[in-house]
Amino acid sequence: MQVERLTRHYNEIRAVDEISFMLLRGQVLGFLGPNGAGKSTTMRMLAGILAPDAGHIFINGFDLLDKPVQAKRALGYLPEQPPLYRDMTVEEQLYYSAHLHGLNRITSRQAVADVKERCGLASVSSRLIDHLSKGYQQRVGIAQAVLHDPAVLVLDEPTAGLDPLQSHAIRGLIRELGQDRGVILSSHRLSEVQAICTHVQIMRSGQLVYTSPLADLEQQRQSTRLRIGLKTPPPLVRLAQLPGVERVEALGEGRFRLHHAVGSAPYQILVEQASAEHWGLWELTPEQASLEQVFIELILELETVA
Amino acid sequence: MITVIAARELRRLLLSPLAWALLAMIQGLLAWIFLLLVDDFRELQGRLASLDNAPGVTDLVAAPLLRVAAWVLLLLIPLLTMRLFSEERRTRTLDLLFSAPVTMTEIVLGKYLGILVFLLMTVALIALMPLSLALGAALDPGKLLAGILGLSLLVAAASAAGLYLSVLTTQPAVAALTTMGLLLALWMVDAASTVPGTTGDLLGYLSLRRHYDTFLLGLFDSADFIYYLLFNATFLSLAIRRLDDLRLRD
Repeated sequence: MQVERLTRHYNEIRAVDEISFMLLRGQVLGFLGPNGAGKSTTMRMLAGILAPDAGHIFINGFDLLDKPVQAKRALGYLPEQPPLYRDMTVEEQLYYSAHLHGLNRITSRQAVADVKERCGLASVSSRLIDHLSKGYQQRVGIAQAVLHDPAVLVLDEPTAGLDPLQSHAIRGLIRELGQDRGVILSSHRLSEVQAICTHVQIMRSGQLVYTSPLADLEQQRQSTRLRIGLKTPPPLVRLAQLPGVERVEALGEGRFRLHHAVGSAPYQILVEQASAEHWGLWELTPEQASLEQVFIELILELETVA
Repeated sequence: MITVIAARELRRLLLSPLAWALLAMIQGLLAWIFLLLVDDFRELQGRLASLDNAPGVTDLVAAPLLRVAAWVLLLLIPLLTMRLFSEERRTRTLDLLFSAPVTMTEIVLGKYLGILVFLLMTVALIALMPLSLALGAALDPGKLLAGILGLSLLVAAASAAGLYLSVLTTQPAVAALTTMGLLLALWMVDAASTVPGTTGDLLGYLSLRRHYDTFLLGLFDSADFIYYLLFNATFLSLAIRRLDDLRLRD
């Protein structure tokens, strides 16, 4: 899937402003951003539900605007609110969706049976959707999106409303699906993105402000801080003088935070000095920034730049 | 694709109590009127026999019945069409259709076809009443057929209009009311056709009733047939345009 200079206005507001990106098979792209950043608008445009004001979307080489039918054949979409008919049973809904996506009698039977098992819906297949819990409805929505084996999956907050066990299962499913197709998902939960995605993209006020493989983000969150505890601490200056240490913060009760450059933690020197000068070292922990911190830092950083 | 959507729409209607209640009401009401008409006819029969070229049972029972049927259906069709799109918009299930590989035309035609099949079944049930007279009286099959064709065309036109108005709003009740208003206005607009000049002619031409009446007389005028086709085509294409617009505005 390729997206070029996608733009969409709501009245005078630019909800999505010339964003471009690419999604390849085998990638799971996590879409992050504060509320109202334009994530859902983008997702809806990718699914062909909203028409963009400008820009192009190519799915499997087909332009979504020029050849919508061919493009949509390769697309599975789960909106924020799963599009389910409450007066249908799970099985009817899945068959209807299968037929809508051009599956015939035989292939749809296979696909429905397959997806019911994958999404754990076998036990509820003849119940009315109206009578299902939110979690199960969400699962039916996901099942519906993956039913026709699309090359591109667009999932808007796929695990919203699920309990931890269910979201764990769904994450596993998405990761598995992402191995041989492109998946793009939006989420509020950073831990989720961290767990499933291979790539991350951050949006803010309609603009794409950050795109990179998740591994790069991991790099950024490599530790640059050490927390130490000393029984008989030396003066602060002494610690600051240690080679490799850039800055020292006293945290009280014999604890200190040492800031150092990426990849050059002064473990050895610290331990040697501590034993030579009898500082009584009792704690030595690298402090790792969580993805959340990195995310907040990124957003804040961008805000100060803007 | 059209048939998939149509089948689903029909199924949904047949599963809803609303459709069955309407069907029961239509049948009950018309059966009563049918009975009254047959009774009147029986009383008149003696006097009619002495007339030359007297109106037959088709003119005195079937045609009035179909006229009333048209009225009843025009009032009730809005209740069936109101949910077509407005409910899907409200519950956001339209997203499924929009993200599926189907065109707007297929969506609209599918829904239209689904409701049409249901309504044609209703028309067939209504037609059974005058047809049952064939057991004991001489029917004029040509006249009856023309009348039934007229009713079917009218019903199709009303569904097309209802479908279009259902795309315009997210509230089924609003869709039903506006459809009812539009259909009644179009039904009665020829009352104003006494206005001299082209305005009067135009208003008369627009009227649903005037075109229906020729069918009831047993006439098949291609002008009336084309009127109904145009009526359908207009509202269906408006609905398609409008649905496409939803993706731009929403």
